[in-house]
Amino acid sequence: MAGPVGTRPAPGGDLPEHPDRLWRNPEPKASYDVIVVGGGGHGLATAYYLAKNHGITNVAVLERGWLAGGNMARNTTIIRSNYLWDESAGIYEHSLKLWESLEQELDYPILFSQRGVLNLAHSLQDVRDSVRRVHANRLNGVDAEWLTPAQVREVCPIVNISPDVRYPVHGATYQPRAGIAKHDYVAWGYARAADALGVDLIQHCEVQGLQISNGRVTGVHTDLGTIGAGKVALSAAGHTSVVAAGAGIDLPLQSHPLQALVSELLEPVHPTVVMSNAVHVYVSQAHKGELVMGAGIDTWNGYGQRGAFHIIERQMSAALELFPVFARAHVLRTWGGIVDVTPDASPIVGLAPVENLYLNCGWGTGGFKATPGVGWCYAHTVAHGEPHPLNAPFSLERFVTGALVDEHGAAAVAH
Amino acid sequence: MMLIPCPWCGPRDESEFHYGGQAGVAYPADPAALSDEEWAKYLFFRDNPKGPFRERWSHSAGCRRWFSLVRDTVTNEVLS
Repeated sequence: MAGPVGTRPAPGGDLPEHPDRLWRNPEPKASYDVIVVGGGGHGLATAYYLAKNHGITNVAVLERGWLAGGNMARNTTIIRSNYLWDESAGIYEHSLKLWESLEQELDYPILFSQRGVLNLAHSLQDVRDSVRRVHANRLNGVDAEWLTPAQVREVCPIVNISPDVRYPVHGATYQPRAGIAKHDYVAWGYARAADALGVDLIQHCEVQGLQISNGRVTGVHTDLGTIGAGKVALSAAGHTSVVAAGAGIDLPLQSHPLQALVSELLEPVHPTVVMSNAVHVYVSQAHKGELVMGAGIDTWNGYGQRGAFHIIERQMSAALELFPVFARAHVLRTWGGIVDVTPDASPIVGLAPVENLYLNCGWGTGGFKATPGVGWCYAHTVAHGEPHPLNAPFSLERFVTGALVDEHGAAAVAH
Repeated sequence: MMLIPCPWCGPRDESEFHYGGQAGVAYPADPAALSDEEWAKYLFFRDNPKGPFRERWSHSAGCRRWFSLVRDTVTNEVLS
């Protein structure tokens, strides 16, 4: 690159070529066999499995912002399958099994780390509920153990197990196969793989209404015009109510802010994932070194992607009680996402009251861990026009029949 | 943090309040006469608008009274 001064790039200005894009950025076609509304983890996984498992490749994923920029970018990346009921164990354990081979499946690194999860018990009732859940998990083939406080300390030496605190640790359930993954990489991996199979990923395309004729959905109205669709699969998390209302469909959902935060980068101090219902915080340490924390939702309905600071304050005081070593850590950043919460803290996945329209919503605070599993089952539901056996219990009808799947306890987050 | 106007105590910090969800949901006059669908609607289905929402609040750490207000669920602006 020798040349006269003034034609040479400035020192350090000699930048490498931009790496290859992971997916195309196509213009929308006039119509698709399937339109997935929402380009988060669930939408991308659904599109991928539609193409991979069912050979349906004339598919578009419509995302109003940028890909995976909603809750997929805002969650605390915890993956586990230790829910109480058989229905939940079915879909979450299916998901965990898919996580275990997802890097190979997508041929993309996702930093999946099975570092285990501790769910702490702080009262006699907690202990009874936790031991019951361990037994239920084992009967469902989900790995689970009950640990004494001393054993908790062996798994995670920085947990304060002193009896001399307001909510002492009486023990914990432990799922060794649980863990975390890098959420952005998961989304990019699915997006890249779906794109390679022919799926159109269309960003900055907001669905503003559903086109319905004779009781069946025939397309979607967007800010880029109307796009025809043989089938429409909603996967819009906190905004599902807004989209469904356009089709006159009521859903038992309430949208709330859910906040999370990270600390500055610290050396590795936290080897696992710790969750506490009673003291109410959940903490892991990201690969890069931030402590990642979350707690409960803000109680009021909201779409503003921000919450109140006293929620953050409580969550940090809870974390300090459990982990005195965090006392000198600084908060780097807090943020909020919008989660759609159902009355029984379980999702709604299945058919809608309008023909050729499908529902995937109500994951509330726990959707990330389900990404591969729900993508798999939802794609089956859309492809066959009937629920996959693993999501059949999560129908909208359960709120009429009363066959609820009450996971308020194992959801580990106050709703 | 929101400043919520209690009709009796004036504007107070959000942390003094309890949230009660959608306002104006009446208990059915004759519950036994409802179909399963209607009962489910009453029990589980609430409006979830993006924008103005009429909702219940209780000033639980103050006068302990319930009241309704209209709040924009995007901006948190109290409209009335």
